[in-house]
Amino acid sequence: MIEVKGLRKSFTLGKRRKTRTVEAVRGVDLSVAEGEIFGFLGPNGAGKTTTARILCTLLEPDGGEAVIAGADLRKDPGAVRTKVGYVPQGGTTTDEVTAREELVLQARMYGIGKAEAVERTEKALAAFELTEFADRQCRTYSGGQRRRVDIAMGIIHEPKVLFLDEPTTGLDPQSRAHLWDEVRRLRDAGMTVFLTTHYLEEADALCDRIAIIDHGEIVAIGTPTELKHGVAGDVVTVGLNGSGPRAAELLDGRDYVRKLELGEDGLRLYVDDGTTAMPQIMRVLDAGEIHFDTVELHRPSLDDVFLIKTGRSLRDK
Amino acid sequence: MKFLRDTWLVFTRQMLLVWRTPARLVIGFVQPIAYLVLFAPLLKTALAPTGAQTYADAYRVYVPGLLVVLVLLSGFFAGFGLLGELRSGVIERSRVTPVSRTALILGRAFSEVVTLMGQAVVITVVALPFGLTVHFGWLMLAYVMLALMALMACALSYAMAMLIPSPAALGPLINSVSQPLSLLSGVLLPLSLAPGWLVAIAEWNPIYWTTNGTRSLFTGNPGDVSVWAGMLIVIALAALTVTWATRMFARQVR
Repeated sequence: MIEVKGLRKSFTLGKRRKTRTVEAVRGVDLSVAEGEIFGFLGPNGAGKTTTARILCTLLEPDGGEAVIAGADLRKDPGAVRTKVGYVPQGGTTTDEVTAREELVLQARMYGIGKAEAVERTEKALAAFELTEFADRQCRTYSGGQRRRVDIAMGIIHEPKVLFLDEPTTGLDPQSRAHLWDEVRRLRDAGMTVFLTTHYLEEADALCDRIAIIDHGEIVAIGTPTELKHGVAGDVVTVGLNGSGPRAAELLDGRDYVRKLELGEDGLRLYVDDGTTAMPQIMRVLDAGEIHFDTVELHRPSLDDVFLIKTGRSLRDK
Repeated sequence: MKFLRDTWLVFTRQMLLVWRTPARLVIGFVQPIAYLVLFAPLLKTALAPTGAQTYADAYRVYVPGLLVVLVLLSGFFAGFGLLGELRSGVIERSRVTPVSRTALILGRAFSEVVTLMGQAVVITVVALPFGLTVHFGWLMLAYVMLALMALMACALSYAMAMLIPSPAALGPLINSVSQPLSLLSGVLLPLSLAPGWLVAIAEWNPIYWTTNGTRSLFTGNPGDVSVWAGMLIVIALAALTVTWATRMFARQVR
C-alpha cells in the first residue's frame, strides 16, 4: 500500500550567512502492507512528522521515490491526495464552527457533492460518537472529542491510507484507549493506517508493525514482538542512588552481562538468563558495598530496542 | 468550473467565520464611525476654501476618503490572518485535499472584500443623517472602485505575508507602505488644499487617483478624469497583486 525508497529531505535553517542545513529525513526505505497499522516510533525531531508530511504531499522530498495506493508521489501528487487522509499533530478544528460544518466542508473540499457530503457527515458523526454534540461549536469540545472530529475529517473521503501524526499526544489515558479502539476499527474495515508516535506503549499495543526512526534514519523495523526478540535474553534494572558509575565499573565485562547501559536512575543490564544472572549481580554489588534501592527483572521492551540501537532511552525525552 | 466551486467553498467558509466572530466586525466599525462623528463636523469650516458650504458638502468629501482608508488599512492587515491560518494548520488541512490552490487564497480575499464592503455600506448609511447626499448610481460605481482597492490591498498583504512570514516584521513593513500611500492620496483632506510640490509627488501615487476618483463619484462629478483613470489604475493593480499573491501562494504551499 505504501512503498518508499530512499526518501530524503533537508531544511535550511537560520538567515543569511548563519544558515545551517538539517537533514530531517536521510534515506528512508519502508513498505506498508494493506490493512496494517504501521507505527513510526522515535523521539521528537527524529523525522517522523517530516516523513508523514512528505507522504501526504504537503512537502516535496529532495530525493527518493514513493508509491502510495498505486499513485506515484512525485509524478502525480494529485492522485495521492484523493487516496490518503491526513490528521496533523494538534488537530485543525476551528473554535467557531460545529463538527457537522467541519465535516461537510472537508468532504466538499474533496470534490464530493453537497447531498453526499451531508450523508457522509451523518455517518461519520455516528461512527465517531459525535452526533450528540454535532451542532455545538468546536470550542465546547473536550480534547478527545476534538481529536475524533479530526480523524473523522481525515477519513470523510474514504481514503485507502490514513496518516495520523501523534494522534494521542495530550489526551488523557481514557481518551487514548478510546482512540486506539477507533484506529483498530478503521484497520478492521480495511484501511491502512500510518501513525507517528513517541509513546512506547502506543507503538507496542496498537501497531502491527513498527519502524524505529532516529536522526532521520530507520534503525529497526518489524513487528513489536520481532523487535523485542531481537534483543535476546532478559533485562535486569538496578535502581541505584548515585553509585551508578561504580556499579557499572564492577559489573562491566562479567561473562553473564552482554551489554550494560548507565541511566540517570540506575543501571540496565542485558543478560542471557535473568534467573541465574540476578543473584550474581547482587553478590557483586554486595561485595562492592554498593547500596541499591530496587532490582527488577523484565523482558525487553521497545525502549530496550531503542536503547540498544541508538544508545539513548526514549523515556528520557 | 471546479475552480469556481472551490473558490465559493472557501469564500462561504470564511464568511461563516466572519459571521460567528461579530466582535471583529464591531471593532472594524468603531474607528471610522468615531471619525465620522467626532472629526468630520470640523470639516465644514476647514473645507470652506474648496467651496464647501454645507455639512453635506463636507461629508461628500470626507466620507469617500474615510472609506478608502478603511478598505486600504483593513485590507493591508489581511496578511496577518493568512499567517495565523498557515500556522494553525487550517490551510494545511485543505492542502491535503485536491482543492484548487488558487481558490484557497482567492476565496479568502473575496471574503475580506465582502466584509469590508459591508462595513463601507454601514458607514455610508451612518453618514446620511449628518447630511450626506449622494447619487445612487455613482455611489455603486464608487463601491466597485473601493472593492477593487480592497482586493488589491488584500492581495498585496498576502504576498507580503508570504515574503516575510513573521508577524513581528510584517507589521512595520505594512505600516511603512500604507502610511505614505494614504498620506499622499489626500484621504483625510483633499490634496487640492496642498502646495504644488506635494500634489506633484502625489500624482505618482496610484491611490491618489483612486481616492480622487471615489471622491468625484461621491460629489457627483463622474466625468472627472480621476474617475476613469482611477478605475483603470485600480483594475490593473488588483490584477497584478492578485496574480502575484496566487503565484507566491502556489509556490509556497505546493
